[in-house]
Amino acid sequence: MADSGGTDEHDKKDDVERSKSEGKELTKEEKQRLRKEKKQQKKHKEKKDDKASQESGKENKSASSAAAAPQLPTQTVKVVKRLPEHIQVDNPEVLKKLAKKLERQQTPVHGATIKIPLRSDYGYKVSLFSHLHQYSRKAPLTQQLSIPSTVIHPAVVRLGLQYSQGIVAGSNARSVALLHAFKQVIRDYTTPPNEELSRDLVNKLKPYISFLNQCRPLSASMGNAIKFVKKEISNIPTQCKEEEAKSKILNCIEWYINDKIILAAKAIAASAIEKISDEDVILVYGCSSLVNHILFEAFEKRRKFRVIVVDSRPRLEGREALRRLVQRGISCTYVLISAVSYILPEVSKVFLGAHALLANGYVMSRVGTSQIALVAKAFNVPVLVCCETYKFCERVQTDSFVSNELDDPDDLIVTRKGKTHLENWQEVPSLGLLNLVYDVTPPDFVDLVITELGMIPCTSVPVVLRVKNVDQ
Amino acid sequence: MELQAVLMAAGGGSRMTDLIYNTPKPLLPVGNKPLMWYPLNLLERVGFEEVIVITTKEVQKMMSSDPKMKLDVKMKLDVVCIQEDGDMGTADALRHIQQKIKSDVLVVSCDLITDVALHEVVDLFRAHNATLAMLMSKAHEFTETVPGQKGKKKTAEQRDFVGVDPSGKRLLFMANEADLEDGLSIRKSIIKKHPRMHIKTGLVDAHLYCLKKEVVDFLAENKSISSIRGELVPYLVRKQFSKTANRQKMKDESEDQTQKKNDDSTNQELLIASRDESLLQLAQERSCWNDHHGDMSEAYHGGKLRCYVHILDQGLCYRVNTLAAYIEANRLAPKLFEEPAVHPSAVISEKCQMGSDSMIGALCQIADKTSIKRSTIGNSTTVKEKVKVTNSIVMHGVTIEEGCNIQGSVICSNAIIGRGADLKYCLVGNGQRIESEAERTNEVIVGTDQLMEI
Repeated sequence: MADSGGTDEHDKKDDVERSKSEGKELTKEEKQRLRKEKKQQKKHKEKKDDKASQESGKENKSASSAAAAPQLPTQTVKVVKRLPEHIQVDNPEVLKKLAKKLERQQTPVHGATIKIPLRSDYGYKVSLFSHLHQYSRKAPLTQQLSIPSTVIHPAVVRLGLQYSQGIVAGSNARSVALLHAFKQVIRDYTTPPNEELSRDLVNKLKPYISFLNQCRPLSASMGNAIKFVKKEISNIPTQCKEEEAKSKILNCIEWYINDKIILAAKAIAASAIEKISDEDVILVYGCSSLVNHILFEAFEKRRKFRVIVVDSRPRLEGREALRRLVQRGISCTYVLISAVSYILPEVSKVFLGAHALLANGYVMSRVGTSQIALVAKAFNVPVLVCCETYKFCERVQTDSFVSNELDDPDDLIVTRKGKTHLENWQEVPSLGLLNLVYDVTPPDFVDLVITELGMIPCTSVPVVLRVKNVDQ
Repeated sequence: MELQAVLMAAGGGSRMTDLIYNTPKPLLPVGNKPLMWYPLNLLERVGFEEVIVITTKEVQKMMSSDPKMKLDVKMKLDVVCIQEDGDMGTADALRHIQQKIKSDVLVVSCDLITDVALHEVVDLFRAHNATLAMLMSKAHEFTETVPGQKGKKKTAEQRDFVGVDPSGKRLLFMANEADLEDGLSIRKSIIKKHPRMHIKTGLVDAHLYCLKKEVVDFLAENKSISSIRGELVPYLVRKQFSKTANRQKMKDESEDQTQKKNDDSTNQELLIASRDESLLQLAQERSCWNDHHGDMSEAYHGGKLRCYVHILDQGLCYRVNTLAAYIEANRLAPKLFEEPAVHPSAVISEKCQMGSDSMIGALCQIADKTSIKRSTIGNSTTVKEKVKVTNSIVMHGVTIEEGCNIQGSVICSNAIIGRGADLKYCLVGNGQRIESEAERTNEVIVGTDQLMEI
């Protein structure tokens, strides 16, 4: 709580300073807030000293507890900080709790309750990341499910499979696919007698979400989409008839996709195109659907530019980006990330996509992005991150270790000329394969974030979050 | 509901006529359980609760009446009878039950014995939104000597040519040697899209298919297709790359209402139609995944019809449609279930030597000084003293008198082997009586009424 309170205060200070510098008078509310915060600060400083001695050496990422617990800065009650479960995999008690939670989330089918299966970890985990889950693609969760899946809706099973095999990858694609699956679930849903749709449907969705979480950890965009859907469902008035309620929810989901994803992409493309001038050399990394969309639109508007696609193993997503760009007729160059410092002198700007934007201004994106931003900074090349606002997240992170995703380590194994050298990597005791998926880029390396609300600096993310909360 | 299981149990067993004279193929005992039990057990283990069984009236009668053929499955069996004499292929049977099919189907043949992890096949079907997903396995050489076979018979069986992509999952080409006149010709459109193809010939089709509901509807319109394996599957595999399918897609996008039913109906049915197609399209566009690399086309080359195959490398997978397969299956079937090799109700005397890989059925009576090795003895069989049974299959209700020596043979139900008989590699038909002190080697002993009329 203290941290988020700190950041709140920090950005409010920014706000205040900005409004001061702009010559506007501090509004009454802002003055009041300043006063309150100063009081809080004193109290929290006392509490912090107590807490620092009590807590173990783990860093307190209060993001989840901040998101979970209601934000009442004036409360001086001691809050027990809880770390999210998905980053405590090496703690056996937490695993037991997770197993129990899955049991509790059973869906009653034909009178019997069947629980969602628990996916087990695979292979040796590098010690620095042993607190995260690491699954194998060859052991899908569907092994433990019955074939005509009655426990979990077939659309959700299909979605989970597509996530774990990487057929649906990229945060926009995952969110859209998730909402599509939810639409099918809601269409096939019937309210059991003596139950209310608003409460029962949310309970029905919980086991599906745990199932999807086990297939592949949920992304920030998916989390926000789920929060939206749950809110919409619980806001259904009780006297509403089932058909009407269902069509209402389906329309809301349609609206969300249209507004937050499709229209947002259009708006971002419109503002980003202003930043692209003729004879530009643009560097992109991996395959970001938003950045690709911007480049397509810019090409339609007849801007003359060329693109350098940087790619990295093991995913090699840049190949797909390259294919899409070249298909449209954009002239491209393709390099691997190891050559980025060689190619950067040619580059005039860097466009990066984001998986999520964190509340302290850090950009969470595919592993390698922070590398590119760092090198670009060294070469004084402007870095622009394009991100829709629905990917903004209230979490706070300053490094890539605490909360990340470990992909299947067998992806790193490659067979060349018939020889697979790493085939028996599990037998070598001192060898661990690490396949990270995400990393965080500090806001110092990012010059501009292009969202549908406009072009903002990285540090204004909390402002946007605040504005969104007020709106809703 | 996601998948409906359909068990095809009306097949003739044309390659093992001697065995099926009295017992229809689905009820042939393998490891003292009827052949139908194995696919039903597979479906039950995986979690199916209902199965539609397509069979003949005879089999249905025997299933319900004969206590020895009791099928102890807990699933609900919806038995659909079809005419036995009619030339009904498997696709015709599917057409027959079209009204019952409300979702995608999983078609299994009654003679399949396998321990495959079924989720591998179904996952291909689900994840790639495939039209067809099937199971194939590497063919095993049958090592046991088959009774009645004179010398090494050159298997003049028609080979199947199966073409898969480098990942081994996508089915690109399927043809039987009989259909290929001069040689194997592969269309340019296939090679353009999949420049690398592995063609395999040593594969056995397990006759386990996951089909989309649209395919069943398509079958209802196209009455010319009568066999799933022989006609439908090659047709679907060919249609993946047909130009008309892609052209049809573009036509659909431009004209929303196509009133013509003649040619469109054949292709329209195959196009995977789902509500919210636009959302799925959007998700696929935004996703940075492609199933192939090196050319300019999108995932799946934009094709909506996809066929997948799961090739089983290790594990049990047999289709019991020949005598050799039947014998092999009897050897290996006990591994599939954990019931004790000796049925508790069998009466076995203490001086009997029984190998660990033998199976004794219910209500058997085995007398002293007998030796039973690597054999399967059916229910209610009587084996008298000093009998040696090695490597054989003895079905239900057989009486084996004293002093017999049975080696490598198959004795069908209700046969009587006289005392002192010596049978090596013989097939004794149903209800036959072997006289005492007979010595037969490598013969098929059936009644005159079982012999075919020329």
